[in-house]
Amino acid sequence: MSEPTRLSVFKTYKLYVGGRFPRSESGRVYEVTRATSAAGAAAKGKSRSKGEGGGEWLANAPLSSRKDARDAVVAARKAFGGWSGATAYNRGQVLYRVAEMLQGRREQFVREVADAEGLSRSGAGAVVDAAIDRWVWYAGWTDKIGQIAGGANPVAGPYLNLSTPEPTGVVTVLAPQESSFLGLVSVIAPAIATGNTVVAVASERAPLPALSLGEVLATSDVPGGVVNILSGRTAEIAAPLAAHQDVNAIDLTGAAAQLAAELEVAAADNLKRVLRPRAEDWTADPGTDRLTAFLETKTVWHPTGSLGASGSAY
Amino acid sequence: MPTTAPAFADATSSDSALRRFLHGLPGVDPVGLEARAASLGTRSIKATAKAYAIDLAISMIDLTTLEGADTPGKVRALAAKAVHPDPTDRTTPATAAVCVYPDMAATARAALAGTDVKVASVATAFPAGRAALDVKLADTRDAVEAGADEIDMVIDRGAFLAGGYLKVFEEIRAVKEASGPARLKVIFETGELSTYDNIRRASWLGMMAGADFIKTSTGKVAVNATPASTLLMLEAVRDFRAQTGVQVGVKPAGGIRTSKDAVKFLVLVNETAGRDWLDNHWFRFGASSLLNDLLMQRQKLATGRYSGPDYVTVD
Amino acid sequence: MTMDKLSAFEYAPAPESRSVVDIAPSYGLFIDGEFTDAADGRVFKTVSPSTEEVLSEVARAGAEDIDRAVGAARRAFATWSALPGSERAKYLFRIARIIQERSREFAVLETLDNGKPIRETRDADLPLVAAHFFYYAGWADKLGHAGYGPDPRPLGVAGQVIPWNFPLLMLAWKIAPALATGNTVVLKPAETTPLSALFFADVCRRAGLPKGVVNIVPGYGDAGAALVAHPDVNKVAFTGSTAVGKAIAREVAGTDKKLTLELGGKGANIVFDDAPLDQAVEGIVGGIFFNQGQVCCAGSRLLVQESVHDELLDALKRRLSTLRLGDPLDKNTDIGAINSAEQLARITALAETGEAEGAERWTAPCALPSAGYWFAPTLFTHVTQAHTIAREEIFGPVLSVLTFRTPDEAVAKANNSQYGLSAGIWTEKGSRILAVAGKLRAGVVWANTFNKFDPASPFGGYKESGFGREGGRHGLEAYLDV
Repeated sequence: MSEPTRLSVFKTYKLYVGGRFPRSESGRVYEVTRATSAAGAAAKGKSRSKGEGGGEWLANAPLSSRKDARDAVVAARKAFGGWSGATAYNRGQVLYRVAEMLQGRREQFVREVADAEGLSRSGAGAVVDAAIDRWVWYAGWTDKIGQIAGGANPVAGPYLNLSTPEPTGVVTVLAPQESSFLGLVSVIAPAIATGNTVVAVASERAPLPALSLGEVLATSDVPGGVVNILSGRTAEIAAPLAAHQDVNAIDLTGAAAQLAAELEVAAADNLKRVLRPRAEDWTADPGTDRLTAFLETKTVWHPTGSLGASGSAY
Repeated sequence: MPTTAPAFADATSSDSALRRFLHGLPGVDPVGLEARAASLGTRSIKATAKAYAIDLAISMIDLTTLEGADTPGKVRALAAKAVHPDPTDRTTPATAAVCVYPDMAATARAALAGTDVKVASVATAFPAGRAALDVKLADTRDAVEAGADEIDMVIDRGAFLAGGYLKVFEEIRAVKEASGPARLKVIFETGELSTYDNIRRASWLGMMAGADFIKTSTGKVAVNATPASTLLMLEAVRDFRAQTGVQVGVKPAGGIRTSKDAVKFLVLVNETAGRDWLDNHWFRFGASSLLNDLLMQRQKLATGRYSGPDYVTVD
Repeated sequence: MTMDKLSAFEYAPAPESRSVVDIAPSYGLFIDGEFTDAADGRVFKTVSPSTEEVLSEVARAGAEDIDRAVGAARRAFATWSALPGSERAKYLFRIARIIQERSREFAVLETLDNGKPIRETRDADLPLVAAHFFYYAGWADKLGHAGYGPDPRPLGVAGQVIPWNFPLLMLAWKIAPALATGNTVVLKPAETTPLSALFFADVCRRAGLPKGVVNIVPGYGDAGAALVAHPDVNKVAFTGSTAVGKAIAREVAGTDKKLTLELGGKGANIVFDDAPLDQAVEGIVGGIFFNQGQVCCAGSRLLVQESVHDELLDALKRRLSTLRLGDPLDKNTDIGAINSAEQLARITALAETGEAEGAERWTAPCALPSAGYWFAPTLFTHVTQAHTIAREEIFGPVLSVLTFRTPDEAVAKANNSQYGLSAGIWTEKGSRILAVAGKLRAGVVWANTFNKFDPASPFGGYKESGFGREGGRHGLEAYLDV
């Protein structure tokens, strides 16, 4: 007599906003299907609608509304003071903790990435390992970028002049559409490493690894609101975010050319810092470009006196 | 003893109270102070303004000789020069005073009899001031009895730097009393006080103790009157008058040798303390060689050609 | 004494000689190494703001001229960018030296065309211009050490649009880093101040700079718009108003053009009760009345701790009463003319708004000349965050005075602005300086000083004050393909 096959428990994927896991305010979801192959995923692109393509149904994902976007900005703004004010060492430890948590849940992400991107198990494993290593890379940068991007400037006068990089603020990130996990990590981690807080819009077609990343972040000492993850139609969510007056920057990586141009126009209303989409190889050495993209340089002057020589006193 | 202005009775009630008061004065940013002094130094004083400034500067000089080798003859010659700085041009104003050691005060008094030129005498164990209070007071009384109109005292810098503000304060008050009718100039030796914060504190300490003038230096140390320290003291007298109604004079001394420098100091006076101080009752230059440079510039303005050292007197 | 002891120390006029500069009756556009007329033959007059005297007639660039200038810059780019950095450096060093030699001429010219006092052009603008070229000259052969990779590449043709408040200095901020990194340039000066840029064209020729590397195209907003929109421009750099900056950001959206913007500001100058008050007064005066307040990083909002408000305001008014307004060529003039009738009208209107909204107006006692564009140094007290004059950039000699009670409140008010360019902090407490400087959302923070500039010091804003930095190592990034 054989045991009856155990019925597995499906996961309800939810948004990650302000450290919590809400459903979309819209009450709507959309179907997420398995990619058949990496090439197929690339060919099908990001604008496919629900059910299109005929892949196997994986799960439903929340279809975020503009109100979800608004809530995410509020959460990100609220978190900005504490996160940007934390020591760089502390931020580095938190980012490293993300890597530790991911390592422990490697198998889950290998499966989700394989499904999302149509990769083999080993291919997906390589992607997840690279993503874990990316967190480690940026964890080590938090307390070094200030020395690389800032420093004392030798001005021609009796002044100490010091330039320090500071986070821009709330950054909207349109995550890459194809690289649903490594790409996502590669755009979020550098933004928060320097003290920004992020509203990330997941890959439209393959949002599940991103939504699961929220669960990792929630258990990794990342304060609520530092990273907020939305799923849904990129164009719909991005429009209010690009126009939002309390968003300081926008990374357009996941936007197609026409959408990116429209969003850049909207972003000009409050002069958001804009990172345009460009050709990316997520497996390559990430360099520091994405760290410095969302940094401001603050330069502080202070007079110095001499020690009383030649008539000058202090 | 002269009474302290009621406004400062509390502040001078104890060493610690005085310290709290002086250290409660606004701080001085040295770079900003020096930048302001330098900026005022770029004023371009030409033509009629220059003529005015040169005559004013001559009239503000305390023509000084403070040498171990001073003799009655030297002092008489200096006095003659003070009265008629340019023998070829009797429209040249006289200097404000002749400044000598106490033992030369009587000689100076006699030489200046019947003129408006004052006799100023240093006192209080000038320049170091390292003597007992009794000695300093006797020194002061000697000078006044010998005919000094003005006493230039030095403060006890050692006491000041050691935080003995009340000691310095009481000593100034005692000298002020000993000076009787003579106007008292209090020399801080700013080069030894070293910091601008100290110069501001010393300025207030001196004024609170009854100084008629506050004066930068003795001319006997490496750093004497600078535009910045003088600017700072001008701010102090300005603020003191605003607070108490009492006007106090300022005397930079030492190191001011050219007309250009003197005019820069007058610009500092004009734009800091204001026109009320543009008068030799309220502003003096402690100087000797400055006079001849002013006279040469004055001749240049009158004749249109540059003068030379053979056309001014060497006394 | 023969003089009247009671007369004030009246400074006699001390005008700098105009003869040091020879302004031609007309100037052309400088394209491909030659001065030429505009394609449509249009010209405009440039006047001296202090007298309304017409100084010269200048060719007015249109779209066709812009196209020609961009073409010249494009042709020059291949050779210029291929030069060894050490050779580009020597051209820039030459330019720096020629400017030093001719600095008095340029100072007088700038004062005539802009209206700012000669003591500023002589002591601030021109020394900084020469220093900027000298600084970036040194970078040209060291770009591999700048932190942008081993061999960072130039972008191509830079289209640069600059304002009228520091005409030659803004030119230097734009052209020096562009050339050092191997780009070629089309620069449009402001329509009210074209002359120093045209004289700079002559400096380029004297320096032997290859044709087309620098092109100067005076004109109005339409010329600037044509330059920004030109498809063969790779880099757009703009200094000016936030409104125009936003329009430019929209224009270049969706292109590959790299953009840096240096825009408006409403700088907070924060004075704590333990400040070095006399120096704070100087810093406040320099912060808002330098260049008649026509400075993007001006300290136009004075935030003063309530406990020292009265004392500080008394001192400030006393100091403002000593400011000398008048002939900008007079070496003793502190306050010159407003740059244009249009700007004067804007300042006047905003000041009237301040009064209408209930702020208390105080104007320094000084007589204004009958000809030219003048505005007496003015401050408003009883200003709150809600007043228009606390929020909008006035770009003139008008100071809005607000109060605060605690450091937190000071920071909150300082940051409560769409802008984020500059700020000042005055306190003798070191830890407070560092804490407040850390919290201010502003690109340049001056502690116990104000309005200091240096080619080695990065300058630029947060928020709607723009993005990108000019000056220092940071300033290279705007002109490199990184």
